[in-house]
Amino acid sequence: MLSNVRIDKVGVEERVARFQTRSIKNEAKRQGLDMVLSMIDLTTLEGKDTPGKVQQMCYKAQHLHDLHPGLPNVAAVCVYPTMVSTAKRALEHSSIKVASVATAFPSGQSTSAIKLSDTKFAVEEGADEIDMVISRGKFLAGEYTFVFDEIAAIKEVCGKARLKVILETGELSTLDNVRTASDIAMHAGADFIKTSTGKIQPAATMQVTYTMLMAIRDFYDNTGKMVGMKPAGGISTAKLALHNLVMVKEILGDPWLSNEWFRFGASSLANDVLMQIMKTETGLYQSADYFSID
Amino acid sequence: MAKKSTSMDQTTWNYAPSPESTSHVSIAKKYELFINNEWVAPSTKKYFPTTNPATEGVLAEIAWANDADVDKAVKAARKAYKEVWSKLSGAERGKYIFRIARMMQERSRELAVIESMDCGKPIRESRDVDVPLACNHFFYYAGWADKLAYAIPHKKPEALGVAGQIIPWNFPLLMAAWKIAPALAAGNTVVLKPAETTSLTALKLAEIIKDAGLPPGVVNIVTGHGDTGAAIVNHPDVDKIAFTGSTNVGKIIQRAVAGTHKKTTLELGGKSANIIFDDAPIDQAVEGIVNGIFFNQGHVCCAGSRLFVQENIADTVIRKLKARMESLYVGDPLDKNTDIGAINSKEQLDTINRYIKIGKEEGAEIYQSNCKLPTTGYFCKPTLFTGVSQSHVIAQEEIFGPVLTIQTFRTIDEVIQKANNSPYGLAAGVWTDKGSRIFNLTTKLRAGVVWANTYNKFDPVSPFGGYKESGFGREGGVHGLSAYLK
Amino acid sequence: MEILKTYKIYIGGAFPRTESGRYYPIHNHKGEVLANLCLSSRKDVRNAVVAARKAQGSWAEKTANNRGQILYRMAEMLDGRKAQFTEELIKQGANKSNAEKEVQAATDCLIYYAGWADKYQQIASSVNPVSSSHFNFSALEPMGVIGVVAPQSSSLLGLVTMTIPAICGGNTVVVAASEQLPLCSITFAEVVHSSDVPGGVVNILTGKTSELAPALAAHMDVNALIAEPLGELQKPIALSCVENLKRHYTYQKPIDQGLQFITDLQEVKTTWHPIEQIGGATSSY
Repeated sequence: MLSNVRIDKVGVEERVARFQTRSIKNEAKRQGLDMVLSMIDLTTLEGKDTPGKVQQMCYKAQHLHDLHPGLPNVAAVCVYPTMVSTAKRALEHSSIKVASVATAFPSGQSTSAIKLSDTKFAVEEGADEIDMVISRGKFLAGEYTFVFDEIAAIKEVCGKARLKVILETGELSTLDNVRTASDIAMHAGADFIKTSTGKIQPAATMQVTYTMLMAIRDFYDNTGKMVGMKPAGGISTAKLALHNLVMVKEILGDPWLSNEWFRFGASSLANDVLMQIMKTETGLYQSADYFSID
Repeated sequence: MAKKSTSMDQTTWNYAPSPESTSHVSIAKKYELFINNEWVAPSTKKYFPTTNPATEGVLAEIAWANDADVDKAVKAARKAYKEVWSKLSGAERGKYIFRIARMMQERSRELAVIESMDCGKPIRESRDVDVPLACNHFFYYAGWADKLAYAIPHKKPEALGVAGQIIPWNFPLLMAAWKIAPALAAGNTVVLKPAETTSLTALKLAEIIKDAGLPPGVVNIVTGHGDTGAAIVNHPDVDKIAFTGSTNVGKIIQRAVAGTHKKTTLELGGKSANIIFDDAPIDQAVEGIVNGIFFNQGHVCCAGSRLFVQENIADTVIRKLKARMESLYVGDPLDKNTDIGAINSKEQLDTINRYIKIGKEEGAEIYQSNCKLPTTGYFCKPTLFTGVSQSHVIAQEEIFGPVLTIQTFRTIDEVIQKANNSPYGLAAGVWTDKGSRIFNLTTKLRAGVVWANTYNKFDPVSPFGGYKESGFGREGGVHGLSAYLK
Repeated sequence: MEILKTYKIYIGGAFPRTESGRYYPIHNHKGEVLANLCLSSRKDVRNAVVAARKAQGSWAEKTANNRGQILYRMAEMLDGRKAQFTEELIKQGANKSNAEKEVQAATDCLIYYAGWADKYQQIASSVNPVSSSHFNFSALEPMGVIGVVAPQSSSLLGLVTMTIPAICGGNTVVVAASEQLPLCSITFAEVVHSSDVPGGVVNILTGKTSELAPALAAHMDVNALIAEPLGELQKPIALSCVENLKRHYTYQKPIDQGLQFITDLQEVKTTWHPIEQIGGATSSY
């Protein structure tokens, strides 16, 4: 099951550089920006989160920029398990999903029992999606079977909720490791593989996202099963988000260009996208003053 | 008006045209010959058109130099050599060459746009590869002008005199830089003839040379056809001939100078082997294959045109290669998203199509991507042939287009012998995770450039040139100076 | 009315005053004060070394071509200001013709080394034909942070001639400027500052050589020290360098230019890698 895939980092960097010179203009840019908006998991994962904070974010999720009607909604909000019920209430009249982190996020340094009950709690509270973290320490110590079993167990507990598996690529440090971790996660039942918790740097670099998209491609070619991908952390500009969509398109193809299979884990990305959308509408460069922050 | 997209929508996302602006670019209607820093009409008053191979439209009229014009140019170069250039210190020569490099950098976008229009190559290549390398080539050699004693130790370095230089159409500006820069740094003066289908960037370079204040006659650009090149080769007062082009013409030149005092360096054709072992980083190897044969539409002397893939991974590699080919955009060279531009000329497209026909007739299996080709202009789909063996014509002769032949191999021994089994010896690629295997291959492959886990990488400091019928002499690095020194 | 320039020191890409607050005046031949210079202290040396160390990794990792272009840019900036430098040299006692020659020579020195940046490696490195099946190559690597005691008798050319080969090779420098002819050193810092040179690559301090040179020699995080003969200070400095085995070079004046000044501040690294020999295929026909 563990593929012998070797990755040359310099080669990856050159391939990624080619994606970064793709020029997305006019109607392609507008379509791309709308797609990006619809793929955002609006996120708040701070120790200082309160119900008030979550409510305000959920309102923003449904009212990105009311001055301009007809914009797509974000895909989901992403919160800690203790905030799931607040988010569900705030979004009860919306199709926006509620994703919850779980499994002793962000470090994952806890017992399996605690991680399972953490997940169960979030699912019972009504989370539509679970973002779990893998045990990086176990991975780096070479205990791949442990890592696999853990993911499979969490998947079982998720029930109908879709499981995103966070690899925390910044701690895995090599692209070979990112590839191995991606393969383990997918074989263990991940619905999505996700780059990062957003709590450390580097997070979702294009090199890492590329590696994971290629892993998904090979998994699909070998098994016929689609797996989604979520880069999280570090994508704060519309331009970078569009480059990521270029990668999705050219590696996986148009079927992956929907929020069922691709998400951006971001907090400030939405406003940059909105500013870019307004620029395409008006021809004018925008100011942050005109876009609500929440 | 944006549509609210739900997760059930099936999206199609196509890139909109993204044309590079040409409004800031100036191309004259007619260009004369550049002799003694002046624009001089050809003595026969003959001109020929240069066309944009993507649109088939005429870009400008180019002067056609005959023997008398070439003689004028050589006389100008000789006078400039004797009276001015050979009397300047190396440091002063270097300063002129630095100026040229800096002015090229200032005008880099214009040069890139004109290169794409005249040559057919995509703007992303002329902008990101050709022009930066050309600028850096001048910058690099400028620094050698006052350090020649270090280049050839224990020998007082002396210039040869007047260098006649003939360059091809595949990297017009870059080849001009590869020729002119080291010649000037070593203290020679130059008469250069660009290829007949791609004269424009050499002529823009002439404008830059004049603006840089290079003394008149140090660089002369004479445009024309093969007869103009022959006139340079046969001129008795040229000390050195440097040629990049086909092996056939290289041999013609070498015969013409046999028995004379003229020194030559030749950079000719190739049929380079790109070798993928089963422990290679496969996705990066696939990129390397793509770069090796589709970069610049395959118009590359060192193109990795013979793929050797170890049999136990052949299916995987070929499957991934075909999938990768589908995301190569063929089209308008000036569109920033174009990966594969126009074939340089109708003649070359005919040649490529002739070989494709031969390949099919020989029984190899052809695959071409599903791209749509533009309706005007000279375009060719990226193409590969599987089921190829060593004896196929398409595996032996240089096609010079986006056509890859694929052969499988079983052992290291076998692939080394097959890779070397060619009259050519320009370059080779080796893809493996094992360092000691890389060095085994680099030691045994008969090629002037070996790329390990990469392909088509160029740098002014890295010597480039071939073994056997791919030519002799090296360009780039300290090695590139010896061709221009006694 | 002339706006008089305040001559501050140059550390980490900024122009602070000396942390000691001390100053010393420079006079022209008529005894008039030309300027008050910072009398830099050991702590300034310490801060400069920290800045130089911080900058060294990324400076060395720039491509050689990039470093060459930056040095050439310094020549462009220096040439653009030649009137200012000439005037400063004249203020400090040079005659006009010598001043102009000195500025030209400093510009030429920058261009000379700009041209070496991407060449010295090719000349001074080697592939070594060892007797075992190994690919063995030796390449140069910069030593790190270099302490430079600029020549006393030159305000501009001496400093440039000693500093530029060091940074050409990927080192970063902390320079103790000429004590009595310091003006051009700070104006040169402005040239460095406007030439895309990252902060910390060149750091220039003014003050008493008898304070600054020993401070550089004693600092455990300086890898090499280069200077003209230092008279009474020569032996104590040499002894001080021993503490961390600083490489200590003494250059006789007038200091020339050449490959040696780059390679003196480079380490040689030799690497081995096996070459597997498989099968009977050889490289002969």
